[in-house]
Amino acid sequence: MSNESPTVVATENLSRQFGRRKAVDDVTLSVDGGSTLALFGPNGAGKTTLLRILSGLLKPTSGSARIGNVALPGGPAVRRRVGVISHHTLLYEALTARENVEFAAKLYGVADFRAASESALGRMKILDRAETPVRALSRGLKQRVSVARATVHDPEVILADEPFTGLDLLGAAALSDLLNSLRERGAAVILVTHNVDEGLSLATHAAIMDRGRILEVEPQSRIDRATFGERYRQLVSHGE
Amino acid sequence: MNEVFRDAWLIARKDLAIEFRTRSAFLSAVVFALLGIVIFYFAWDSSAVSAIDLAPGVLWVIFTFSGMLGLHRSFGVEQPDRGIDGLLASPVARESIFLGKALANLVFVVAVQTVAIPSVGLFYGLPLGPVVVPLAGIALLAAIGLVAVGTLFSAMAVNTRLAELLLPMLSLPFFVPIVIPAAQATAKLMSGRPVGDAAPWLKLLLAFDLVFVVACTLAYPFTLEE
Repeated sequence: MSNESPTVVATENLSRQFGRRKAVDDVTLSVDGGSTLALFGPNGAGKTTLLRILSGLLKPTSGSARIGNVALPGGPAVRRRVGVISHHTLLYEALTARENVEFAAKLYGVADFRAASESALGRMKILDRAETPVRALSRGLKQRVSVARATVHDPEVILADEPFTGLDLLGAAALSDLLNSLRERGAAVILVTHNVDEGLSLATHAAIMDRGRILEVEPQSRIDRATFGERYRQLVSHGE
Repeated sequence: MNEVFRDAWLIARKDLAIEFRTRSAFLSAVVFALLGIVIFYFAWDSSAVSAIDLAPGVLWVIFTFSGMLGLHRSFGVEQPDRGIDGLLASPVARESIFLGKALANLVFVVAVQTVAIPSVGLFYGLPLGPVVVPLAGIALLAAIGLVAVGTLFSAMAVNTRLAELLLPMLSLPFFVPIVIPAAQATAKLMSGRPVGDAAPWLKLLLAFDLVFVVACTLAYPFTLEE
């Protein structure tokens, strides 16, 4: 993306096939530290599959992906650097919000897991419900806990798949602030979203993906929001 | 290596905390075990078969099937919000996930056994007092083998539509080498023979435990391939 920051996430001719269908098709991209790539695309474009490969949950059929200098799926050391915000909350309903976040902090080997959890819950404005079992929280509040869970270890790479789902204005603002502050501290963020305005407001770069392929990647400075939004809407309505 | 066991303990504690809060699988397993004991009791013709001959079989049938309820729950708790993806994306070793799940299942099965063994003694009028320690040892050894195999197959079956059916179909054939020596050793103890008489069966049980624990721990990461 730029020559100033080291490339943190990179893929080269990455493909993933399910049966005869190519979910990800020959994708080559790179995301530097301190950058946010907003990835847009219609349903079934392959965005989630791409993120699952980058988070080490799925192996590519061909091509390669790396985080830093390590080829994926890599090992524990690579996974420690990544934070995953998924479609699903990745939470345990019987545990409280705090227990879920502390459990994640311990999994990631955070030394002061209590302070880290407190801070992560605070950043997402959910401290007042920290002792509530997750099953008693609304979808939006669960999403806040899920974000706190994913970022409790201050990851260098954030893979966020529609992270704004269910969030109210306060939650969305807290998430935007969090993603911006992580990026400013040098993290590489890949943000999948359908909301063009929301995505472009956070992005340093934007990409459109369709049928497994990256159609275009542009830096924010070269993007005209109105044109980009219109192109994306046409692609989505064409796909439908 | 320490990290593998530390993470396994972390995952086991999480699973046990969830089970302690919901108690869904434990209560189901205990009720199932007690109902099984009652049904066997009323179907038993005491003039044809003595209690000492029947009880070991009853005990091991009950353990095997009630344990299955907990084994199914093991990876089932990861499904609703894809907690398993959170574990797999974290830096813990795949072996830690397996060992953590197996450890939680072991506690579950042993807890069910703690209720079932005295209940069998009570219903069949067996004096378990003198054999309670070696009997607990056999139950624990057998539980280790059952849990290792059951945890592996639970991981394999959980993503299928027929998980409830598939788990017993896959597990039961592999339970046989565990249940036979366990039942034989139990029968020897209950018939008043010295522990030494059960030693060959216990050695066989121990050997199968070692094989199953090592093989299942190594095989688990391959069940995760999509």
